[in-house]
Amino acid sequence: MTIKDRMIRLVILVWFALFSLTIIYPMIWLGLSGLKSNSDFFLNTWSLPKEWLWGNYKAAWDAGIGQFFLNSVLVSTVSVVTVMLLGSMAAFGLSRFRFKGMNVLLIIILCGLMLAPQVGLISLYKMLQVIGLYNTYWALILPYVSFQLPFSIFLMRSYFLSIPRELEESAIIDGCNNWKVYWHIIVPMGKPIIASCALLTGMNVWNEFMFALVFVEDSSLRTIPVGLMNLRSQLNTNFGIQLAGLAISALPMIIVYIIFQRQFVRGLTAGSVKG
Amino acid sequence: MTKTNQNARTAILFILPALLLILSFVFLPIVLNLFYSLYRWNAFEAGRVFVGLEYYIRLFKDPIFYTALKNNFLFAVISLMFQVGGGLIIAAILEDKLIRKFQPFFRTVIFMPSVVSIVVVGLLWQLIYNPEIGLVNGALHAIGQSDWAHSWLGDSKTAIYAVVAVSQWQYTGYMTMLFLIAMQKIPAEYYEAAMMDGASRIKTFFSITVPQIKEMILVGTVVTVIGAFKVFDEVYIMTFGGPGRSTEVLGTMLYRAAFRNDEMGYASTIGTMIFLITLTLSLIQLKLGKSGQEV
Repeated sequence: MTIKDRMIRLVILVWFALFSLTIIYPMIWLGLSGLKSNSDFFLNTWSLPKEWLWGNYKAAWDAGIGQFFLNSVLVSTVSVVTVMLLGSMAAFGLSRFRFKGMNVLLIIILCGLMLAPQVGLISLYKMLQVIGLYNTYWALILPYVSFQLPFSIFLMRSYFLSIPRELEESAIIDGCNNWKVYWHIIVPMGKPIIASCALLTGMNVWNEFMFALVFVEDSSLRTIPVGLMNLRSQLNTNFGIQLAGLAISALPMIIVYIIFQRQFVRGLTAGSVKG
Repeated sequence: MTKTNQNARTAILFILPALLLILSFVFLPIVLNLFYSLYRWNAFEAGRVFVGLEYYIRLFKDPIFYTALKNNFLFAVISLMFQVGGGLIIAAILEDKLIRKFQPFFRTVIFMPSVVSIVVVGLLWQLIYNPEIGLVNGALHAIGQSDWAHSWLGDSKTAIYAVVAVSQWQYTGYMTMLFLIAMQKIPAEYYEAAMMDGASRIKTFFSITVPQIKEMILVGTVVTVIGAFKVFDEVYIMTFGGPGRSTEVLGTMLYRAAFRNDEMGYASTIGTMIFLITLTLSLIQLKLGKSGQEV
């Protein structure tokens, strides 16, 4: 390596280190400020907490984050499981059969990828009221599942197309029906893409804000993103507890991302190939 | 092929549940939205009055509509510069052999904000921008530039830029990741050949990297621009369209019409506009994507 290369490398590394700092520092600041008392927060914005008030996290949990967290877990789990099941079934149907009208179905599903959720906001709100699901968990789960399905079908279908057919052909000769082929061959072999889809779907649902704001009204049904907004107005002067609440909400996604980075990236790769 | 392929009915059975959900919760609402935009109606009252295109005429006369369009456009332009332009440069640097061994660390860090909820990011940045206790003004005081300290979200001149900046902070890493993935598929021989010819880094970037990943750049561009017209969360959380109506975007304008002013017909009209804009952009993408394949 020449001296010039070393210099370039040094400059770039310093620049990236500073850049990373602007990303990491606010997050660390969030976690640490969540441990401060209000006066500590105002007087020593920058420094470490004088007293580490772990009780703030407990207080945030009791102030409502706990309930919102459980709601988010429930809504996300049901949505992800449903998307994975219905999505892999549809992807199986669209990758292993050839029939008239398949391309039309494929186009309809892919169009679903492009539509902005805002466009349907008003009519969905009205529809959910008319069918009596407004202000229930279903008011979130059904729209989430429907809006997430196209992306997962798209990813799973491309992956299923690449699974060799020999296995299922011999299975069919042995007398397996299509359901068995789907459940015992395609699903196990498609595990990697199903895992990636589950992660991306889970992330989108966990973080979704607009539908959650409009389709449920009761505080007891709120998911974390909307719950945090409520908490802000409720605790507008207690910054420590508020920040603790934000940290609790952000942490699960950050941990999941760090553990499952490979699956995340695979999902992004597969999803971006054809846009 | 094999006999399973002829069994259309089985295929439909597998596809039907997903298809029904998509049709009823994604497509039907869009059709209904068009219908609803022609009526005057309220959320909690039965009955509606047909008004035809009245709301469309009103929309085109509404100065806030033009503020919103301008702000969405600003989101698009700045996001293109930072997320697509900046992301491309960052990805190219991270792929350079000089610092490739540090790539996994930096990649993990800069992607991280995009997995965090916008609500968390928005509320966090609201505090960071806070004129009294925030980090931004704190940093300016610390480097002796107290004159620059400012109520970033409270001034209608800077508020929209402050909101757009948060979006860049959150999503530049996402685009960078997409570009990295695409760049890693470029055969190494191309770069070796360029190096043999003595091409500089900048020249290699423009003559090899960019042309090789132009599909991804196109996808990234379209996703970013469409995303800019779907913006809602950031603005709702940090400014709710204020101060005044200076940071209003189409999404918040729709929300305000529907759930603050209870003018559901007008809100549907704004919805239709968002639909038309995003549809046009998607069609452009399809067209460009096709011509890209032919070249």
